[in-house]
Amino acid sequence: MTLLADKPAAVADTGPRRAPYWTMRRRDELAGWLMVAPQLAGIVAFVIVPLGLVVWYSLHEWNVLAGTFDFVGGANYEQLASDPRLGPALRATGIFSAGLVVLNLSLALFLAVLLNQKLRGTVVFRTLFFSPVVVTLVAWTIVWGFLLQDNGGVNAFLDLLGIDGPNWLRGSTTAMISVIVVQLFKGVGLNMVLFLAALQGVPAELYEAARIDGASAWARFRQVTLPLISPTILLTSILTIVGSLQVFAQIAVLTQGGPGTSTTVLVYYLYQQAFQFHHFGYGATLSLLLFVIVLALTVLQWRMRKRWVFHES
Amino acid sequence: MKLPKLKLSGLTAAGVAAALLALAGCGGGSGDEAASGPIDLRMTIWSANAKHTALFDQIAAAYKKDHPEIGKITFESIPYENYTTTLTTQIGGGNVPDLAWILESTAPDFVTSGALAPIDKDADLLPTTTTNWEQDGQLYAYPFSTSPLGVFVNTDLVTAAGRPTPAQQVAAGTWTWDQAIATGAAVQKSGKGGVVVGDFDFKGWDALNSIWAGWGARPWSEDGRTCGFDQPEMVAAMTAIHKMVFTDKAMPGPGVTKDFFAGDAAMVLTQISRAALLEKAKFKWDLVPLPKGPAGEYSVVGQAGIGVLKRGKHVDAAKEFLAYFTNQENSAKLAQFFPPPRKSQLTTDVLAKANPLLKPAQLQSVVIDGIERGDIKTSHVGYAELQQTVRAELDPLWKPDADVKAVMSGVCAKINPLLAK
Repeated sequence: MTLLADKPAAVADTGPRRAPYWTMRRRDELAGWLMVAPQLAGIVAFVIVPLGLVVWYSLHEWNVLAGTFDFVGGANYEQLASDPRLGPALRATGIFSAGLVVLNLSLALFLAVLLNQKLRGTVVFRTLFFSPVVVTLVAWTIVWGFLLQDNGGVNAFLDLLGIDGPNWLRGSTTAMISVIVVQLFKGVGLNMVLFLAALQGVPAELYEAARIDGASAWARFRQVTLPLISPTILLTSILTIVGSLQVFAQIAVLTQGGPGTSTTVLVYYLYQQAFQFHHFGYGATLSLLLFVIVLALTVLQWRMRKRWVFHES
Repeated sequence: MKLPKLKLSGLTAAGVAAALLALAGCGGGSGDEAASGPIDLRMTIWSANAKHTALFDQIAAAYKKDHPEIGKITFESIPYENYTTTLTTQIGGGNVPDLAWILESTAPDFVTSGALAPIDKDADLLPTTTTNWEQDGQLYAYPFSTSPLGVFVNTDLVTAAGRPTPAQQVAAGTWTWDQAIATGAAVQKSGKGGVVVGDFDFKGWDALNSIWAGWGARPWSEDGRTCGFDQPEMVAAMTAIHKMVFTDKAMPGPGVTKDFFAGDAAMVLTQISRAALLEKAKFKWDLVPLPKGPAGEYSVVGQAGIGVLKRGKHVDAAKEFLAYFTNQENSAKLAQFFPPPRKSQLTTDVLAKANPLLKPAQLQSVVIDGIERGDIKTSHVGYAELQQTVRAELDPLWKPDADVKAVMSGVCAKINPLLAK
């Protein structure tokens, strides 16, 4: 007893030893979190919270003018299922997206292959095709609006060639073609530059080997170029499809969804419902539908990459 | 490195909290004047005309001299094309202005929703000017601009086309739509535009009321419950307009722009407040009333009201400022751009002082007579949805081979459910 009582305090408290809390692992972990914190905060503030709010709003009837916000449960989703205007809006969205994606990717690849040749003046042409990408979208569209008028620049040019041009923005088919073409010329430069970068990364010795094996130009393109740039094709196709589903300004400026409802794509329709007709709850429901469509298409493309993307670094 | 798990419940709570905060923000003010510091007032307007805003600022500066409690009075200009959309988005986002300029087409939406605070009604206001802004005998906005539509004429183009001027036809009692169409067609043969309907552009169909009212047509019944597009008067009016565009070629067709104020058209049907655009015109011009239609003489009046938003921060202060902004003295000043709704000021003397570009006879026939007998432009609850639906259904009409009657029936089929709401 005496011995124990006389024992120095430090020795008496010795039990099973506690590991220090701030281990190297924990420090690394904290450092990692601190480094991603700004980005994470941005995602929470500008992606997750708005997404949560949209879901919340979709369950409500929000009368902005009256200042009422009433819970309506699934009523907006029931309206979505029976909305006669939704079908035409989805059809217009599908036509626009299919047209734009096919034309954009084909033209971008074609231009990139042309500009990848070692010819004089390619720098000028690259700048020329890329410049619309940096032009303000609305300004670009307004200028095209003037050009596409019945007595506008496009028809004046066609007139010089002896062709009687249509009233582009007043016919259902020609209005959709016009919107697609305006967007095509606006965005093709970006994909062209991405393709150009990918083409310049294809090793020259592969072409050389293929040439020695007697492969034609088309065979070299199909069996060497395309597989090696397939990751870029995947990237550009995802970006272009997602972008095409979100088209708005061109429709708002050029056609306002007309003639009839031929160019009323989903984003424009949800804008009308929410901001023009003041059906904010239903507008939120439509935006969730768009989110689901974009997500599904992106996941589908990502899953299919194993079938057609040659390699991934 | 193992990362701590983010709990979904935490995220949901964050979202809901943010939603509640947003909703709290939507609540707006409650007319709390007791807050310390000067009271700042904000009014949304659609005009960006420097002369308009200069006059507004001048009135506001005079008001502030006698009201030290008022800090800044801001007039926030929002483009006309998106005016109501932007205003309602501001309101939805909790950024509620204290006062707002409201277009006549959306007056029923603002008045019936309870968005506006009631204001005092001056006995000097013409009863026909306040109808759109009243509910249960209470006035909810001051109809500060009551502007009849008239026909501005480029007399140089009309004379060059060998036609008598509309003023001569008014004097001779022959100013009818038949004559207006003949004049428009004669001018269009020269490559210029004939009859232009302001703000129409084959999309803003409601601007056509300046024509169809001459046929006694209305887009819907007085009570707003029954569609009028398939009625004989409207079918006849639309047939005449279709013929004017595609057969007579008296009106520029779809997709063709002719700017009257730049000297590119013979006539434009628009509000007299656009006269300011002719200040530096390089052609001789005139202003005459709308031509006589099959239903006789008529007038159409465009309106704008100024209302106090109930959820604005300073409701009482905003009401007081509105009363000052539109009192006798300031109404007379505003009359140079916006025809007043006050009986005492609807005289050629008052209007002539404010509108030096217009002759007393023009002011009498177009403005004074027009306001007294005119129909206010089309409006309805849920107007934006009706507007878009009719626009989409009318699009097939703007083709040379359109079946007018079938198109009109199609419009009614689509808007009947909206009118029944």
